[in-house]
Amino acid sequence: MRKGSLFGVCVLVVSLAFSPSGWVQAQTIKIGINAELTGDIPKVGEGTKFAAQMWLEDMKAAGGLAVGGKKYPVELVIEDNESKAESAVKAATKMITEDGVLVIVGPQASKQAVPAGGIANNYKTPMISPWSTNPDTTKNRPYVFRACFLDPFQGPVLANFITAEFKFTKAAVLYDVASDYPKGLAEFFKKAWEGLHGPGSVVAYESFTTKDTDFSSQLTKINNSGAQVLFTPQYYNEVALIVQQAHQLGWKKPIVGSDSWGSAETVTLCGKDCYGLFFSTHYAAAGATGATKAFIDRYKAKYGYVPDDVAALTWDSLLIVQKAIQDTGGLAGDLKKDRESVRVAMSQIKKFKGITGEMTFTGTGDPIKCAVIVRISDAGQFEFYKSACP
Amino acid sequence: MVIFLQNLVNALQWGSFYALIALGYSMVYSILMLFNFAHGDIFMVGSYIGFGVSMALIALASSGVLAMPNWLILVLTILFSMFLTSFVGMIVERVGYRPLRDAPRASAAITGLMIGIILETGNLALLGARRVSFPSLIETMTYDMGGVFVTNKKIMIVLVSLLLSFALHQFVRRTRWGMAMRAMAFDFAVVPLMGVPVNTMAALTFALGSALAAAAGILFGVAYPVLDPYMGILFGWKAFVAAILGGRGSVLGATLAGFLLGFTEIFVAMIFPSTLRDLIAYSIILLILTFRPHGFFGEPYSARLRL
Repeated sequence: MRKGSLFGVCVLVVSLAFSPSGWVQAQTIKIGINAELTGDIPKVGEGTKFAAQMWLEDMKAAGGLAVGGKKYPVELVIEDNESKAESAVKAATKMITEDGVLVIVGPQASKQAVPAGGIANNYKTPMISPWSTNPDTTKNRPYVFRACFLDPFQGPVLANFITAEFKFTKAAVLYDVASDYPKGLAEFFKKAWEGLHGPGSVVAYESFTTKDTDFSSQLTKINNSGAQVLFTPQYYNEVALIVQQAHQLGWKKPIVGSDSWGSAETVTLCGKDCYGLFFSTHYAAAGATGATKAFIDRYKAKYGYVPDDVAALTWDSLLIVQKAIQDTGGLAGDLKKDRESVRVAMSQIKKFKGITGEMTFTGTGDPIKCAVIVRISDAGQFEFYKSACP
Repeated sequence: MVIFLQNLVNALQWGSFYALIALGYSMVYSILMLFNFAHGDIFMVGSYIGFGVSMALIALASSGVLAMPNWLILVLTILFSMFLTSFVGMIVERVGYRPLRDAPRASAAITGLMIGIILETGNLALLGARRVSFPSLIETMTYDMGGVFVTNKKIMIVLVSLLLSFALHQFVRRTRWGMAMRAMAFDFAVVPLMGVPVNTMAALTFALGSALAAAAGILFGVAYPVLDPYMGILFGWKAFVAAILGGRGSVLGATLAGFLLGFTEIFVAMIFPSTLRDLIAYSIILLILTFRPHGFFGEPYSARLRL
């Protein structure tokens, strides 16, 4: 009796120890969702969760994820990172080591995504952050990806857009020399513009310092420089002042901005002066077409509000994950090998058509993708105008 | 030429703010020998009070209780806000400076900095970090005069600030109160013996300076309709420079120096790269002060008498 039970335990232990973990994995594909469900930015976590659940519905409706002619059921492991760096690390570690996820989606904010990316990279598990724009998230981390563009990227995108849209050859730039984001973007724009139109084609490169409110001298210079367009990568409070003063000084040409314009405050502060202007951003809900519109409508019908850029980027991230898994051509059943093959497949995704634009990965974690150009409509809404590519 | 004229217009508007704020500094400095470092923040408070008053008046007008045109709202906003802000100035004087009148000057200057911080953070606590959009009370009309663009707001700002400076000048020169102020500037110790109520005069000085700062705040809101709690700091410093440059005790000097400061900033940015604007502009001012340490209209002997 005692012998028998001991034998039974032995069999159980041995069978557990030897049963290939991949055997279980082959049955279900687990995707980790590392989301900011509580803490400072719960709305971000909510959008992440809702988009992920919509994707899961699709998978279930299709009867699972087809990889190499075989259908695998999909499971989501959703963990709350409390909008804290240390909790994001904990959640990532748990998903990788305990839950055995194949891929992690999230965290969203760079504060969480940078440390969590380190964990994913150490454990050689692919991770994609939909929303983190900080270069450090993916820097020197072959296993970490993102679905959005990096800040400096908007410079060339806007230079191309202005050239193609208006056929302009002379641009002016006005930026805050004391702030990293505008300064960096101004430099990247200048470089890209001069690459397109030759040295000296940025006819006015004017700056001010944070807290300045009067730009009349700089704008007078710009007005008389022969510039055809003004680029100003500023935050919403300065945008209002710059645009209004430019108009009061007789500037009637286009003014173009970057994703820092994308706050509802921009229109509140700027008013009618900002109507009809353009800026680049990740995604625009108003005036969307095709798959983007389908996603927005579905999300809105299900959850009662228009999804923000986080939800849209999360959706795209999951589709990238799906495509990468499918591109492997078949799962080996060994988690370590499969994670590696998903990483390789993801880093080679070409011309992926996402709802936030077309993305191509060239071996690094940062996609080459198109930005969305938004036009501020005559009703003061951010309207999709076109997508612009570098 | 067009560029020059355009910048002349720009500089007139920009200088108006410096002039109005510098007047408040200059008065307090000359009469009480005190650097009121909270003055820039009183300018900010004045701007916010103007915002509140104008919103209230707009609500009153649109509800039909008291129909009035927008220009009248603006005039009333300026008058009410000047009145209300003068009390802020008097409170600052009573609470912050009067107890320290016989303390070393450095203590009073530091008090000013602290009051400034209290006003800034108090506003932040009250209204939050969100920027406030000053209501546009008058429609902006842009006139194209041969390539030089002038707006009705610019004209109004320059005229109002010149008018207020002139009014203050007349007040100081022509009234008994003004005479008492000049006497205090001349000799603070003897004047009370002549029966001049020093405390009342100090309060009056602060009230006048604050009222002018409030006017500047509202004009600022009209021209640059984005208000934030820290908008007064840099303005305060620069206007302080203008007050020193104008010379102690001179209304005319402070006004002129305010405009000069505006001109320097605008024209330096016109000629040199705008990144170097303040560096060059304030080096020039420093150079001027090296050669005229008492400013344009300063009276060295009265300063010597006081010290």
